[in-house]
Amino acid sequence: MMHRPVICGLAACAALVIATAAARAHPHIWVTVKSELVYAPDGTVTSVRHAWTFDDMFSVFATQGIESKTKGEFTREELAPLAEVNVTSLKEYDFFTYAKANGKKVEFEEPSAGYYLDFDPKDTVLTLHFTLPLKAPVKAKDISLEVYDREFFVDFSFAEKDPVKLVGAPAHCKLSIGRPQEMSAALTRQLSQLGADQRDPSLTIGAEYANKIFVKCP
Amino acid sequence: MPVRNVCGGRPIIHLALLTAVIAGLLFAAGVLDGAFAQAAPFGAPRAPAPAAPVGGVLGWIFAKQAEFYRQFSGLIRAAKADGSAVWSLIGLSFLYGIFHAAGPGHGKAVISSYIVANDETWTRGVVLSFASALLQALVAVVVVGIAAALLSASAATMGRAVNAIEIVSYSLIILIGLRLLWVKGRAFLALLRTLHRPAALGAAATPQPHDHAHHHHHGHDHHAHGEAHHHAHAHQDAAAWGHAHAPEPEELAGPGGWKRGLSAIVAVGLRPCSGAILVLVFALAQGLFWTGVVSTFVMAVGTAITVAAIASLAVAARAWAKHIAEARPGYGMLAMRAIEVGAAVVIIAFGALLLTGYMVTERMVGI
Repeated sequence: MMHRPVICGLAACAALVIATAAARAHPHIWVTVKSELVYAPDGTVTSVRHAWTFDDMFSVFATQGIESKTKGEFTREELAPLAEVNVTSLKEYDFFTYAKANGKKVEFEEPSAGYYLDFDPKDTVLTLHFTLPLKAPVKAKDISLEVYDREFFVDFSFAEKDPVKLVGAPAHCKLSIGRPQEMSAALTRQLSQLGADQRDPSLTIGAEYANKIFVKCP
Repeated sequence: MPVRNVCGGRPIIHLALLTAVIAGLLFAAGVLDGAFAQAAPFGAPRAPAPAAPVGGVLGWIFAKQAEFYRQFSGLIRAAKADGSAVWSLIGLSFLYGIFHAAGPGHGKAVISSYIVANDETWTRGVVLSFASALLQALVAVVVVGIAAALLSASAATMGRAVNAIEIVSYSLIILIGLRLLWVKGRAFLALLRTLHRPAALGAAATPQPHDHAHHHHHGHDHHAHGEAHHHAHAHQDAAAWGHAHAPEPEELAGPGGWKRGLSAIVAVGLRPCSGAILVLVFALAQGLFWTGVVSTFVMAVGTAITVAAIASLAVAARAWAKHIAEARPGYGMLAMRAIEVGAAVVIIAFGALLLTGYMVTERMVGI
């Protein structure tokens, strides 16, 4: 007679633990994003060119132990293996890049060769350069592009200066940028209303912090 | 089936209540621990929103933690140029420790569960918290000191070293949980058996009114356990009190148990905090390794304070549960044993989750 309630209790306990242990989030890496939308002469978007600058703590950590000719400086060649690891591991996260053309999801190819890491010895920061080609180049009136980590492990934000450029875009195309929302009281409240077992809302949380580009080519 | 029938009356309701209270507490610790449970330096914590119960507070902790963390690199640089900035760095480390321990891998849930399962005293809870936090700092310093400072190992190598340590740590946590489950589970079953044995020591008991439907039910349950003596003794519960003091040979609490505590300290403390590792590596790159070491230990003190506070809550909750349990002879003791068993299960669950979580996050190394 004891068994059932106890077992119920234990099961509930275990369920709670599992639900909460799944609930994790806190940024470990900060990335400053600069992006370019690359257009073909016919006005279709062919690729997205990213330049992501990591925070200095992470950059120093990532470059720890990498041999370099000049102490405290790293060349692209010296950083090539690291760049490869970066790009390869990004694959699993869809490159944190989400785009829509006329409301339809845009698919990306894997980055073309030619990606590389640069190291800025003054600020001791790494910048990862890579290009994501579109699977099928699109011509669209409305294009949106977002860069965010839905799990909020990596905190992306647009660069203050020149965060986004259109390369070779038709003259009438207009660019606007949405910046990440601060952790406002409203957002905090919204977060707090999510149940522990709700996984999906994390998507919207990542999105709240999203860096969104809108391009309108009427 | 109506709950009353299934659960057989009031003692059970109390039992369930007690279990719920303890579960809630461990849950709260779990929210804090789990919500931030960190992966390896590059592991991506798999998921989502801060959970409901602590709501806005969590968001605030998040924000503060990030804010503090982002000041480290600047202050370490400043300390290079101007020694007095070290003091700001130490202050920051302390604050970060306090907030961060609300976070990842600082074993709040494991330590709290351990305390509940093991009937630890407050002093021991605090000592456990401090010892494990300081050990975490020490491991971080040793890992970075040996791997980075002496061997010039790469971040990936260091990551692998940390991962290996994590596997050991999580496995130890599971082992501790299993051992507790074994000890406490047997104690629970033993008590259960004595509670239902015909009243050899029944004299001390005050018989409680009891409904027969319930007894019936319990009789059925016990067939499963191969026990044979229930049907005849409608009022056997009367005997319960006599057994409340049934000795528990493996009683774990009490003096002389420091060796036992050591296993928990090691299991929880083995795993270095990735924040500390990043700070140490950064300090090393700036030629300020020892400053990084001081910062790491100060961070650990801050961490320990938070963990100790949560551990204290666990001690208080257990004491309170015991207080309630004592008012209910026999079943009260059984409830306490059940809670202990539950806490042991929680430890195992956490260990397993950390281990599998580790497996999942493993893939992101390199980002």
